[in-house]
Amino acid sequence: MWLSFRKPEKFSVYWAEVMREMVSQGIGSLGIIAIISVFIGAVATIQTAFQLVSDLVPKSVVGGITRDSTILEFSPTISALVLAGRIGSSIASQIGTMRVTEQIDALEIMGVNTPGYIVSPKIIAGVTMVPLLVIVSVLLGLGGGYLACAVSNNVSTTDYISGLTDGFNTVIVTVCAVKALAFGFIITSICAYQGFYTSGGALEVGQAATRGVVFSCIMILFADLIVSKVLL
Amino acid sequence: MIEVQNIHKSFGENNVLNGIDATFKAGKNNLIIGGSGSGKTTLLKCIVGLHEPTEGKVFYDGHNFTEMHFSDRVHIRKEIGMLFQNSALFDSMTVEQNIMFPLNLFTEMSHDEKQERANFCLTRVNLEGKNKLFPSELSGGMKKRVGIARAISMQPKYLFVDEPNSGLDPLTSILIDELISELTEEYGTTTVIVTHDMNSVMGIGDHVIFLHNGQKWWEGTNKEIAHTDNKELNNFVFASKFMKAAREKL
Repeated sequence: MWLSFRKPEKFSVYWAEVMREMVSQGIGSLGIIAIISVFIGAVATIQTAFQLVSDLVPKSVVGGITRDSTILEFSPTISALVLAGRIGSSIASQIGTMRVTEQIDALEIMGVNTPGYIVSPKIIAGVTMVPLLVIVSVLLGLGGGYLACAVSNNVSTTDYISGLTDGFNTVIVTVCAVKALAFGFIITSICAYQGFYTSGGALEVGQAATRGVVFSCIMILFADLIVSKVLL
Repeated sequence: MIEVQNIHKSFGENNVLNGIDATFKAGKNNLIIGGSGSGKTTLLKCIVGLHEPTEGKVFYDGHNFTEMHFSDRVHIRKEIGMLFQNSALFDSMTVEQNIMFPLNLFTEMSHDEKQERANFCLTRVNLEGKNKLFPSELSGGMKKRVGIARAISMQPKYLFVDEPNSGLDPLTSILIDELISELTEEYGTTTVIVTHDMNSVMGIGDHVIFLHNGQKWWEGTNKEIAHTDNKELNNFVFASKFMKAAREKL
Protein backbone atom coordinates (compact mmCIF):
# COMPACT_ATOMS: atom_id res chain seq x y z
CA MET A 1 0.00 0.00 0.00
CA TRP A 2 2.81 2.40 0.94
CA LEU A 3 4.61 1.77 -2.36
CA SER A 4 1.43 2.71 -4.22
CA PHE A 5 1.79 6.31 -3.16
CA ARG A 6 5.51 6.83 -3.73
CA LYS A 7 6.54 9.73 -5.93
CA PRO A 8 5.72 8.78 -9.55
CA GLU A 9 8.49 8.36 -12.14
CA LYS A 10 6.71 10.78 -14.44
CA PHE A 11 3.60 12.65 -13.36
CA SER A 12 2.10 13.03 -16.85
CA VAL A 13 2.09 9.25 -17.45
CA TYR A 14 0.40 8.60 -14.12
CA TRP A 15 -2.09 11.42 -14.67
CA ALA A 16 -3.14 9.92 -18.00
CA GLU A 17 -3.66 6.60 -16.24
CA VAL A 18 -5.79 8.27 -13.51
CA MET A 19 -7.97 9.92 -16.19
CA ARG A 20 -8.38 6.61 -18.01
CA GLU A 21 -9.45 4.92 -14.78
CA MET A 22 -11.87 7.73 -13.93
CA VAL A 23 -13.58 7.33 -17.28
CA SER A 24 -13.66 3.56 -16.94
CA GLN A 25 -14.98 3.55 -13.37
CA GLY A 26 -17.19 6.64 -13.54
CA ILE A 27 -18.70 6.80 -17.00
CA GLY A 28 -18.61 3.01 -17.32
CA SER A 29 -20.74 2.57 -14.19
CA LEU A 30 -23.19 5.39 -14.82
CA GLY A 31 -25.77 3.24 -16.61
CA ILE A 32 -26.11 0.53 -13.97
CA ILE A 33 -26.12 3.09 -11.14
CA ALA A 34 -28.84 5.13 -12.90
CA ILE A 35 -31.07 2.10 -13.39
CA ILE A 36 -30.82 0.71 -9.86
CA SER A 37 -31.18 4.17 -8.27
CA VAL A 38 -34.43 5.03 -10.05
CA PHE A 39 -35.93 1.66 -9.16
CA ILE A 40 -34.75 1.74 -5.54
CA GLY A 41 -36.15 5.27 -5.07
CA ALA A 42 -39.48 4.27 -6.59
CA VAL A 43 -39.77 1.05 -4.57
CA ALA A 44 -38.74 2.78 -1.34
CA THR A 45 -41.48 5.39 -1.85
CA ILE A 46 -44.20 2.84 -2.67
CA GLN A 47 -43.32 0.57 0.24
CA THR A 48 -43.09 3.45 2.72
CA ALA A 49 -46.47 4.74 1.56
CA PHE A 50 -47.92 1.21 1.90
CA GLN A 51 -46.80 0.98 5.53
CA LEU A 52 -47.98 4.48 6.54
CA VAL A 53 -51.72 3.91 6.23
CA SER A 54 -52.73 5.79 9.40
CA ASP A 55 -54.76 8.95 8.96
CA LEU A 56 -52.78 10.42 11.86
CA VAL A 57 -49.57 10.46 9.83
CA PRO A 58 -49.33 13.12 7.12
CA LYS A 59 -48.57 11.76 3.62
CA SER A 60 -45.59 14.10 3.26
CA VAL A 61 -43.72 11.91 5.76
CA VAL A 62 -43.25 9.43 2.90
CA GLY A 63 -41.04 11.97 1.12
CA GLY A 64 -38.98 12.58 4.25
CA ILE A 65 -38.44 8.88 4.93
CA THR A 66 -37.53 8.20 1.28
CA ARG A 67 -35.07 11.10 1.32
CA ASP A 68 -33.32 10.04 4.52
CA SER A 69 -33.18 6.35 3.64
CA THR A 70 -31.96 7.08 0.12
CA ILE A 71 -29.24 9.52 1.19
CA LEU A 72 -28.16 7.62 4.28
CA GLU A 73 -28.34 4.04 3.14
CA PHE A 74 -29.75 3.06 -0.21
CA SER A 75 -27.67 5.23 -2.49
CA PRO A 76 -24.23 4.89 -0.87
CA THR A 77 -24.45 1.28 0.30
CA ILE A 78 -26.38 -0.40 -2.49
CA SER A 79 -24.44 1.58 -5.10
CA ALA A 80 -21.20 0.50 -3.44
CA LEU A 81 -22.26 -3.16 -3.40
CA VAL A 82 -23.13 -2.96 -7.09
CA LEU A 83 -19.89 -1.11 -7.84
CA ALA A 84 -17.91 -3.77 -5.97
CA GLY A 85 -19.21 -6.20 -8.57
CA ARG A 86 -18.83 -3.87 -11.52
CA ILE A 87 -15.53 -2.06 -10.74
CA GLY A 88 -14.00 -4.43 -8.18
CA SER A 89 -14.13 -7.57 -10.28
CA SER A 90 -12.75 -5.63 -13.24
CA ILE A 91 -9.81 -4.29 -11.20
CA ALA A 92 -8.96 -7.66 -9.63
CA SER A 93 -9.17 -9.57 -12.91
CA GLN A 94 -7.29 -6.90 -14.87
CA ILE A 95 -4.39 -6.76 -12.40
CA GLY A 96 -4.50 -10.54 -11.87
CA THR A 97 -4.21 -11.13 -15.62
CA MET A 98 -1.30 -8.69 -15.77
CA ARG A 99 0.37 -10.70 -13.00
CA VAL A 100 -0.06 -14.16 -14.54
CA THR A 101 0.94 -12.97 -18.03
CA GLU A 102 4.14 -11.43 -16.62
CA GLN A 103 3.13 -7.88 -17.56
CA ILE A 104 3.77 -6.77 -13.96
CA ASP A 105 7.19 -8.45 -14.07
CA ALA A 106 7.87 -6.57 -17.32
CA LEU A 107 7.05 -3.27 -15.58
CA GLU A 108 9.32 -4.15 -12.64
CA ILE A 109 12.19 -5.03 -14.97
CA MET A 110 11.84 -1.60 -16.57
CA GLY A 111 12.26 -0.02 -13.13
CA VAL A 112 8.65 1.08 -12.76
CA ASN A 113 7.17 1.27 -9.26
CA THR A 114 4.46 -1.25 -10.15
CA PRO A 115 2.10 -0.75 -7.18
CA GLY A 116 2.29 2.99 -7.86
CA TYR A 117 1.65 2.71 -11.57
CA ILE A 118 -1.02 0.01 -11.43
CA VAL A 119 -2.78 0.46 -8.08
CA SER A 120 -2.68 4.16 -7.17
CA PRO A 121 -4.54 5.46 -10.28
CA LYS A 122 -7.33 2.97 -9.54
CA ILE A 123 -7.60 4.05 -5.89
CA ILE A 124 -7.51 7.76 -6.79
CA ALA A 125 -10.19 7.19 -9.43
CA GLY A 126 -12.25 5.14 -6.95
CA VAL A 127 -12.28 7.73 -4.15
CA THR A 128 -13.16 10.41 -6.72
CA MET A 129 -15.73 8.66 -8.88
CA VAL A 130 -17.64 6.59 -6.29
CA PRO A 131 -18.76 9.74 -4.38
CA LEU A 132 -19.78 11.36 -7.68
CA LEU A 133 -21.72 8.25 -8.64
CA VAL A 134 -23.40 8.27 -5.23
CA ILE A 135 -24.48 11.91 -5.77
CA VAL A 136 -26.00 10.88 -9.10
CA SER A 137 -27.62 7.91 -7.38
CA VAL A 138 -29.20 10.11 -4.69
CA LEU A 139 -30.66 12.51 -7.25
CA LEU A 140 -32.00 9.72 -9.43
CA GLY A 141 -33.31 7.80 -6.39
CA LEU A 142 -35.32 10.80 -5.26
CA GLY A 143 -36.44 11.28 -8.86
CA GLY A 144 -37.55 7.64 -8.93
CA GLY A 145 -39.64 8.31 -5.81
CA TYR A 146 -41.25 11.26 -7.55
CA LEU A 147 -42.09 9.09 -10.57
CA ALA A 148 -43.62 6.45 -8.29
CA CYS A 149 -45.84 9.14 -6.72
CA ALA A 150 -46.80 10.45 -10.15
CA VAL A 151 -47.96 7.07 -11.46
CA SER A 152 -49.63 5.78 -8.29
CA ASN A 153 -52.41 7.13 -6.07
CA ASN A 154 -50.71 6.46 -2.74
CA VAL A 155 -49.03 9.85 -2.29
CA SER A 156 -49.39 13.04 -4.31
CA THR A 157 -46.29 14.56 -5.85
CA THR A 158 -46.97 17.75 -3.86
CA ASP A 159 -46.91 15.82 -0.59
CA TYR A 160 -43.75 14.01 -1.73
CA ILE A 161 -41.91 17.24 -2.58
CA SER A 162 -43.08 18.77 0.66
CA GLY A 163 -41.71 15.76 2.56
CA LEU A 164 -38.36 15.99 0.80
CA THR A 165 -37.84 19.60 1.90
CA ASP A 166 -39.25 19.43 5.43
CA GLY A 167 -36.90 18.94 8.38
CA PHE A 168 -33.79 18.42 6.28
CA ASN A 169 -30.75 17.72 8.45
CA THR A 170 -27.45 18.33 6.63
CA VAL A 171 -25.61 15.73 8.70
CA ILE A 172 -27.09 12.99 6.49
CA VAL A 173 -25.23 14.50 3.53
CA THR A 174 -21.98 14.39 5.51
CA VAL A 175 -22.61 10.76 6.47
CA CYS A 176 -23.38 9.92 2.84
CA ALA A 177 -20.17 11.61 1.62
CA VAL A 178 -17.99 9.88 4.22
CA LYS A 179 -19.52 6.52 3.37
CA ALA A 180 -19.02 7.06 -0.36
CA LEU A 181 -15.36 7.99 0.13
CA ALA A 182 -14.74 5.01 2.38
CA PHE A 183 -16.52 2.63 0.03
CA GLY A 184 -14.57 3.91 -2.97
CA PHE A 185 -11.32 3.24 -1.14
CA ILE A 186 -12.44 -0.18 0.10
CA ILE A 187 -13.54 -1.44 -3.32
CA THR A 188 -10.46 -0.33 -5.22
CA SER A 189 -7.81 -1.17 -2.63
CA ILE A 190 -9.11 -4.63 -1.69
CA CYS A 191 -9.67 -5.70 -5.29
CA ALA A 192 -6.33 -4.29 -6.42
CA TYR A 193 -4.60 -6.17 -3.59
CA GLN A 194 -6.30 -9.43 -4.54
CA GLY A 195 -5.33 -8.98 -8.18
CA PHE A 196 -1.76 -7.91 -7.46
CA TYR A 197 -0.98 -10.99 -5.38
CA THR A 198 -2.54 -13.49 -7.75
CA SER A 199 -0.36 -16.38 -8.81
CA GLY A 200 -1.07 -19.22 -11.20
CA GLY A 201 -3.34 -18.94 -14.21
CA ALA A 202 -6.82 -18.15 -15.42
CA LEU A 203 -8.49 -20.11 -12.61
CA GLU A 204 -6.64 -18.13 -9.94
CA VAL A 205 -7.50 -14.83 -11.66
CA GLY A 206 -11.18 -15.74 -11.42
CA GLN A 207 -10.77 -16.71 -7.79
CA ALA A 208 -8.98 -13.43 -7.04
CA ALA A 209 -11.85 -11.47 -8.62
CA THR A 210 -14.40 -13.40 -6.58
CA ARG A 211 -12.40 -12.92 -3.36
CA GLY A 212 -12.02 -9.22 -4.11
CA VAL A 213 -15.77 -8.72 -4.56
CA VAL A 214 -16.73 -10.82 -1.51
CA PHE A 215 -14.20 -9.14 0.81
CA SER A 216 -15.19 -5.71 -0.52
CA CYS A 217 -18.89 -6.36 0.13
CA ILE A 218 -18.20 -7.52 3.69
CA MET A 219 -15.94 -4.53 4.38
CA ILE A 220 -18.50 -2.14 2.85
CA LEU A 221 -21.19 -3.40 5.24
CA PHE A 222 -18.75 -3.24 8.16
CA ALA A 223 -17.67 0.31 7.27
CA ASP A 224 -21.33 1.27 6.82
CA LEU A 225 -22.01 0.23 10.40
CA ILE A 226 -18.94 2.01 11.79
CA VAL A 227 -19.61 5.31 9.95
CA SER A 228 -23.29 5.26 10.94
CA LYS A 229 -22.43 4.56 14.56
CA VAL A 230 -19.76 7.26 14.74
CA LEU A 231 -21.47 10.06 12.81
CA LEU A 232 -25.14 9.63 13.71
CA MET B 1 29.41 -8.18 -17.53
CA ILE B 2 27.21 -9.92 -15.00
CA GLU B 3 28.58 -12.11 -12.26
CA VAL B 4 26.57 -14.36 -9.96
CA GLN B 5 28.17 -15.76 -6.84
CA ASN B 6 26.92 -18.73 -4.83
CA ILE B 7 23.24 -18.21 -5.66
CA HIS B 8 20.84 -20.28 -3.60
CA LYS B 9 17.08 -20.06 -3.91
CA SER B 10 14.47 -21.98 -1.95
CA PHE B 11 10.69 -21.89 -2.04
CA GLY B 12 9.79 -23.21 1.40
CA GLU B 13 11.41 -26.64 1.72
CA ASN B 14 12.06 -26.84 -2.02
CA ASN B 15 15.68 -25.92 -2.87
CA VAL B 16 15.63 -24.83 -6.51
CA LEU B 17 19.13 -23.38 -6.84
CA ASN B 18 22.10 -24.72 -4.91
CA GLY B 19 25.12 -22.45 -5.11
CA ILE B 20 25.39 -21.25 -8.71
CA ASP B 21 28.52 -19.34 -9.72
CA ALA B 22 28.74 -17.92 -13.23
CA THR B 23 30.00 -15.01 -15.28
CA PHE B 24 28.10 -13.66 -18.28
CA LYS B 25 30.31 -11.71 -20.64
CA ALA B 26 29.41 -8.57 -22.61
CA GLY B 27 28.87 -8.92 -26.35
CA LYS B 28 28.26 -12.67 -26.04
CA ASN B 29 25.17 -14.88 -26.17
CA ASN B 30 25.22 -16.52 -22.75
CA LEU B 31 22.85 -19.47 -22.72
CA ILE B 32 21.43 -21.16 -19.64
CA ILE B 33 20.17 -24.61 -20.57
CA GLY B 34 18.76 -27.54 -18.64
CA GLY B 35 15.74 -29.78 -18.33
CA SER B 36 12.35 -28.70 -17.02
CA GLY B 37 12.56 -27.87 -13.32
CA SER B 38 16.34 -27.53 -13.35
CA GLY B 39 16.14 -23.91 -12.14
CA LYS B 40 16.90 -21.98 -15.36
CA THR B 41 14.08 -19.45 -15.11
CA THR B 42 14.51 -19.12 -11.34
CA LEU B 43 18.19 -18.26 -11.88
CA LEU B 44 17.23 -15.69 -14.51
CA LYS B 45 14.64 -14.15 -12.16
CA CYS B 46 17.22 -14.00 -9.37
CA ILE B 47 19.64 -12.20 -11.70
CA VAL B 48 17.09 -9.55 -12.75
CA GLY B 49 15.70 -9.16 -9.22
CA LEU B 50 12.23 -10.61 -9.74
CA HIS B 51 13.20 -13.21 -7.10
CA GLU B 52 15.41 -12.42 -4.12
CA PRO B 53 18.10 -15.11 -3.76
CA THR B 54 18.02 -16.94 -0.44
CA GLU B 55 21.80 -16.63 -0.43
CA GLY B 56 24.44 -15.27 -2.81
CA LYS B 57 25.10 -12.11 -4.78
CA VAL B 58 24.58 -10.71 -8.26
CA PHE B 59 26.95 -8.09 -9.67
CA TYR B 60 26.26 -5.86 -12.68
CA ASP B 61 29.62 -4.51 -13.87
CA GLY B 62 30.90 -4.77 -10.31
CA HIS B 63 27.82 -3.21 -8.64
CA ASN B 64 26.24 -5.46 -6.03
CA PHE B 65 22.64 -5.61 -7.29
CA THR B 66 21.41 -7.97 -4.55
CA GLU B 67 22.13 -5.54 -1.73
CA MET B 68 20.97 -2.41 -3.53
CA HIS B 69 18.00 -0.38 -2.31
CA PHE B 70 14.92 -0.22 -4.58
CA SER B 71 15.73 3.31 -5.74
CA ASP B 72 19.32 2.35 -6.67
CA ARG B 73 18.15 -0.76 -8.50
CA VAL B 74 16.04 1.47 -10.76
CA HIS B 75 19.25 2.87 -12.29
CA ILE B 76 20.43 -0.64 -13.22
CA ARG B 77 16.96 -1.66 -14.38
CA LYS B 78 16.83 1.21 -16.85
CA GLU B 79 19.76 -0.54 -18.55
CA ILE B 80 17.99 -3.90 -18.66
CA GLY B 81 15.84 -5.17 -21.52
CA MET B 82 13.94 -8.40 -21.15
CA LEU B 83 11.95 -10.62 -23.48
CA PHE B 84 9.52 -12.81 -21.55
CA GLN B 85 8.44 -16.31 -22.49
CA ASN B 86 4.94 -15.10 -23.43
CA SER B 87 6.24 -11.70 -24.57
CA ALA B 88 4.34 -9.91 -21.73
CA LEU B 89 3.15 -7.11 -23.99
CA PHE B 90 0.69 -4.67 -22.42
CA ASP B 91 -2.72 -5.74 -23.77
CA SER B 92 -4.30 -2.31 -23.54
CA MET B 93 -1.59 -0.64 -25.62
CA THR B 94 -0.79 -0.77 -29.31
CA VAL B 95 2.55 -2.08 -30.57
CA GLU B 96 3.88 1.46 -30.80
CA GLN B 97 2.66 2.40 -27.32
CA ASN B 98 4.29 -0.74 -25.91
CA ILE B 99 7.64 0.27 -27.38
CA MET B 100 7.26 3.91 -26.37
CA PHE B 101 6.21 3.07 -22.80
CA PRO B 102 9.70 3.02 -21.22
CA LEU B 103 10.64 6.08 -23.28
CA ASN B 104 7.59 7.93 -21.91
CA LEU B 105 8.53 7.11 -18.34
CA PHE B 106 12.27 7.48 -18.30
CA THR B 107 13.32 9.90 -21.03
CA GLU B 108 12.70 13.53 -21.86
CA MET B 109 12.37 12.81 -25.60
CA SER B 110 9.77 14.71 -27.60
CA HIS B 111 6.85 12.77 -29.06
CA ASP B 112 8.44 12.83 -32.52
CA GLU B 113 11.73 11.51 -31.18
CA LYS B 114 9.95 8.70 -29.36
CA GLN B 115 7.97 7.87 -32.48
CA GLU B 116 11.18 7.81 -34.49
CA ARG B 117 12.81 5.50 -31.98
CA ALA B 118 9.77 3.20 -31.99
CA ASN B 119 9.82 3.07 -35.78
CA PHE B 120 13.54 2.31 -35.73
CA CYS B 121 13.05 -0.56 -33.26
CA LEU B 122 10.16 -1.96 -35.30
CA THR B 123 12.23 -1.78 -38.48
CA ARG B 124 15.07 -3.51 -36.67
CA VAL B 125 12.79 -6.48 -35.90
CA ASN B 126 11.21 -6.42 -39.40
CA LEU B 127 7.80 -5.19 -38.26
CA GLU B 128 7.54 -1.89 -40.13
CA GLY B 129 4.02 -0.50 -40.34
CA LYS B 130 2.60 -2.62 -37.50
CA ASN B 131 2.57 0.38 -35.12
CA LYS B 132 -1.17 0.59 -34.56
CA LEU B 133 -1.91 -3.11 -34.06
CA PHE B 134 -2.81 -4.46 -30.62
CA PRO B 135 -1.03 -7.53 -29.18
CA SER B 136 -4.19 -9.60 -29.66
CA GLU B 137 -3.87 -9.02 -33.41
CA LEU B 138 -0.32 -10.42 -33.60
CA SER B 139 0.98 -13.96 -34.15
CA GLY B 140 3.30 -15.60 -31.58
CA GLY B 141 6.42 -14.78 -33.59
CA MET B 142 5.35 -11.17 -34.09
CA LYS B 143 4.68 -10.79 -30.36
CA LYS B 144 8.21 -12.03 -29.65
CA ARG B 145 9.63 -9.51 -32.09
CA VAL B 146 7.60 -6.67 -30.56
CA GLY B 147 8.87 -7.86 -27.16
CA ILE B 148 12.42 -7.60 -28.50
CA ALA B 149 11.69 -4.15 -29.96
CA ARG B 150 10.41 -2.98 -26.56
CA ALA B 151 13.42 -4.54 -24.83
CA ILE B 152 15.89 -2.65 -27.04
CA SER B 153 14.01 0.65 -27.09
CA MET B 154 16.12 2.04 -24.23
CA GLN B 155 19.35 0.69 -25.77
CA PRO B 156 20.00 -1.72 -22.87
CA LYS B 157 23.40 -2.85 -21.67
CA TYR B 158 21.94 -6.12 -20.47
CA LEU B 159 19.45 -8.22 -22.43
CA PHE B 160 17.60 -11.14 -20.84
CA VAL B 161 15.57 -13.57 -22.86
CA ASP B 162 13.36 -16.28 -21.37
CA GLU B 163 12.56 -19.20 -23.69
CA PRO B 164 12.59 -17.19 -26.94
CA ASN B 165 11.57 -20.18 -29.06
CA SER B 166 8.71 -21.61 -27.05
CA GLY B 167 5.59 -22.04 -29.16
CA LEU B 168 7.30 -21.00 -32.40
CA ASP B 169 7.86 -22.96 -35.59
CA PRO B 170 11.52 -23.90 -36.39
CA LEU B 171 11.95 -21.22 -39.04
CA THR B 172 10.61 -18.40 -36.85
CA SER B 173 12.75 -19.72 -33.97
CA ILE B 174 15.87 -19.42 -36.10
CA LEU B 175 14.91 -15.88 -37.14
CA ILE B 176 14.39 -14.87 -33.50
CA ASP B 177 17.73 -16.44 -32.51
CA GLU B 178 19.53 -14.66 -35.33
CA LEU B 179 17.91 -11.36 -34.39
CA ILE B 180 18.97 -11.68 -30.74
CA SER B 181 22.49 -12.65 -31.81
CA GLU B 182 22.74 -9.68 -34.20
CA LEU B 183 21.53 -7.25 -31.54
CA THR B 184 24.03 -8.63 -29.02
CA GLU B 185 26.86 -8.10 -31.45
CA GLU B 186 25.58 -4.73 -32.67
CA TYR B 187 25.05 -3.15 -29.23
CA GLY B 188 27.62 -5.17 -27.27
CA THR B 189 24.98 -6.18 -24.75
CA THR B 190 25.45 -8.81 -22.10
CA THR B 191 22.80 -11.23 -23.30
CA VAL B 192 21.51 -14.04 -21.11
CA ILE B 193 19.16 -16.52 -22.77
CA VAL B 194 17.26 -19.26 -21.01
CA THR B 195 16.37 -22.06 -23.39
CA HIS B 196 16.08 -25.78 -23.86
CA ASP B 197 16.04 -25.53 -27.63
CA MET B 198 19.08 -27.34 -28.97
CA ASN B 199 18.96 -25.49 -32.30
CA SER B 200 19.51 -22.26 -30.34
CA VAL B 201 22.35 -23.80 -28.37
CA MET B 202 24.12 -25.00 -31.50
CA GLY B 203 23.33 -21.85 -33.45
CA ILE B 204 24.14 -18.98 -31.09
CA GLY B 205 25.58 -20.47 -27.90
CA ASP B 206 28.82 -18.51 -27.44
CA HIS B 207 28.83 -19.45 -23.78
CA VAL B 208 26.62 -22.22 -22.40
CA ILE B 209 25.81 -23.12 -18.81
CA PHE B 210 24.05 -26.41 -18.15
CA LEU B 211 21.95 -26.63 -14.99
CA HIS B 212 20.96 -29.93 -13.43
CA ASN B 213 19.08 -30.29 -10.13
CA GLY B 214 19.68 -26.63 -9.34
CA GLN B 215 23.45 -26.84 -9.78
CA LYS B 216 25.82 -25.75 -12.52
CA TRP B 217 26.74 -29.09 -14.05
CA TRP B 218 28.75 -27.96 -17.07
CA GLU B 219 30.04 -24.77 -18.70
CA GLY B 220 31.59 -24.20 -22.13
CA THR B 221 30.85 -23.24 -25.72
CA ASN B 222 28.41 -24.85 -28.14
CA LYS B 223 31.33 -26.38 -30.01
CA GLU B 224 32.56 -28.13 -26.88
CA ILE B 225 29.16 -29.71 -26.18
CA ALA B 226 29.56 -32.31 -28.93
CA HIS B 227 32.74 -33.65 -27.35
CA THR B 228 31.85 -33.55 -23.68
CA ASP B 229 31.78 -36.72 -21.62
CA ASN B 230 29.41 -35.22 -19.05
CA LYS B 231 26.73 -37.91 -18.73
CA GLU B 232 23.80 -35.66 -17.70
CA LEU B 233 24.59 -33.11 -20.40
CA ASN B 234 24.83 -35.86 -23.03
CA ASN B 235 21.50 -37.29 -21.87
CA PHE B 236 19.94 -33.84 -22.21
CA VAL B 237 21.50 -32.70 -25.47
CA PHE B 238 21.52 -35.99 -27.35
CA ALA B 239 18.19 -37.32 -26.17
CA SER B 240 16.74 -37.56 -29.67
CA LYS B 241 17.83 -40.05 -32.35
CA PHE B 242 18.44 -37.15 -34.71
CA MET B 243 20.90 -35.47 -32.33
CA LYS B 244 22.63 -38.80 -31.63
CA ALA B 245 23.09 -39.34 -35.37
CA ALA B 246 24.32 -35.77 -35.81
CA ARG B 247 26.89 -36.29 -33.04
CA GLU B 248 28.24 -39.43 -34.65
CA LYS B 249 28.90 -37.49 -37.85
CA LEU B 250 30.84 -34.77 -36.02
